Amino acid sequence: MESQTEIAETLVEKPATLARLRQDISSGTVKAADLAASYYDRIAAINGQLNIYLSLTKERALEQASRIDALAAKGDPLPPLAGIPVGIKDVLVMRGAPSTAGSRILKGYRPPYDATVVARLEAAGAVLLGKLNCDEFAMGSSNENSAYGPVRNPVDPERVPGGSSGGSAAAVAANLAVATLGSDTGGSIRQPASFCGVVGVLPTYGRVSRNGLIAFASSLDRVGPFAGNVRDAATLLGIIAGHDPMDATSSRAPVPDYAAESDRLVDGLRLGVPAEYFGEGLDPDVRAAIEKGIDALKAAGCEVRPVSLPTTRYAIPTYYLIATAEASANLARFDGVRYGYRSPASENLSAMYSHSRDEGFGAEVKRRILLGTYSLSAGYYDAYYLKAQKVRRLLADEFLRAFGEVDAIVTPTSPVPAFKLGEKTDDPLSMYLADIYTVTASLAGICGVTVPCGTTPAGLPVGMQVLARHLNESTAFRVARAVEAAQL
Amino acid sequence: MTANVTVEDVQRVAELAHLELAPDEMPRMVQDLNAILNYVAELNELDTAGVAPLAQVSELDGTGGRTSLRKDVLVPSLERGAVMPLAPDTDNVFFKVPKVIER
Repeated sequence: MESQTEIAETLVEKPATLARLRQDISSGTVKAADLAASYYDRIAAINGQLNIYLSLTKERALEQASRIDALAAKGDPLPPLAGIPVGIKDVLVMRGAPSTAGSRILKGYRPPYDATVVARLEAAGAVLLGKLNCDEFAMGSSNENSAYGPVRNPVDPERVPGGSSGGSAAAVAANLAVATLGSDTGGSIRQPASFCGVVGVLPTYGRVSRNGLIAFASSLDRVGPFAGNVRDAATLLGIIAGHDPMDATSSRAPVPDYAAESDRLVDGLRLGVPAEYFGEGLDPDVRAAIEKGIDALKAAGCEVRPVSLPTTRYAIPTYYLIATAEASANLARFDGVRYGYRSPASENLSAMYSHSRDEGFGAEVKRRILLGTYSLSAGYYDAYYLKAQKVRRLLADEFLRAFGEVDAIVTPTSPVPAFKLGEKTDDPLSMYLADIYTVTASLAGICGVTVPCGTTPAGLPVGMQVLARHLNESTAFRVARAVEAAQL
Repeated sequence: MTANVTVEDVQRVAELAHLELAPDEMPRMVQDLNAILNYVAELNELDTAGVAPLAQVSELDGTGGRTSLRKDVLVPSLERGAVMPLAPDTDNVFFKVPKVIER
């Protein structure tokens, strides 16, 4: 126990705020190039223990940092993220940089273009440090499905960081980046953020461009930020959000000033607490932490009332049918022809496809492709896929009705704190149930923020999930700010 | 509806998905698919008669949902020279693959 605490103290470190770094860089007190170098030093020192970064983009990062320093030296106005070291989940492509999606099938792939979010961050002055480990094709809740080995949780390296964006969450928790990007299909931003004690944002479906995101389940996939505090996460979202002609589902709704909106007080906001998220399976220590968080929101002037979301218990089966069906279609592109891995020993084209896919994909990816192909196949489509899409409508309608009565809904982000490595790897169903509180918002397309809300008596972080209606991220940020301010 | 997925079913689906499972992967896959399908059968408890399937959530966001399609005009694509070298086997004009038809 002694030694564990000692390790934790050396690995967990809160990043400086954007406001602080911005001031230091614009005044010249801190050079962007030195800041980037200090992050690379820290990565060199502890990445071996935690396996957070899969690859580094040093040359590009240092060039960007020098550009920022040149602007600062001339006294030119600096872009909003000038010199801020940021890490990118490996499911987002970066021109010329390894982009594996945590899969062996994309080992060595260096895409010829930047994801829209990558380009936007860089245009805003961010210094992109490298690519972050994740579950293969973002399929997993513990980061143990990465072909490049699991990420370890900086809070306790014997525990998982959550998944699939485990590297993105752990990087912020260990201060190996000031902020990061991840992707969330069924909870892949929110759950790891809660396990690692950082802020994670699920933007409304369509709010952030998916162009350049290696697709898992296209009707569910979202890109969103992680940061050490709510206001910085809001700033990041403001930079990556907005219409993109390269993504047909991208929303044209104007982008508010999320950071300024997050400053507004919560006095008078109506918050819903759904009993369905506090039932069987919720760890008592997590429940106690969330109840303290709700008390703090009451004390800050929120009106708290119960809301009913009775279809919640059907969300996991609905999610796994829809997500796997879409995955089986999306992952058909990995065929060993145009890019990625090709099996060397193939006598004909058909064998080349199946050998390449068998050798290139890991077990969980195959399991999901098979499940998705099965539920879409002749004779089963109506019973599984179509049925799931109908239940998806019921779940979404329930949220819309609830948001007629309340401004936001608060729940635990995960029923349990970070579990130990290997604890759930033998039973895919028990791993799927780790997403029980997050898949609902994914299916409904609504937005949410997870914010640290105290710890268990053993010192493991607990996250509160704040959900708001479509395109109402500002409200979720305000509530999350109030939880953060309570310093639980 | 109790799922009863057999080895033959998994083989058929694997063929559809161009996945060749190694013999030692098969028993585990059959077991997992049965467990998962039995679990998702819970959905049959819900009456969804008259419920329209929801395929795309953009319609729910209160902006009318319409993310309009882009205009059908030609725009430059990625350069061939940047794309072809990523292929496992190429002459830089075509992708090369093993024989399609056995003679």
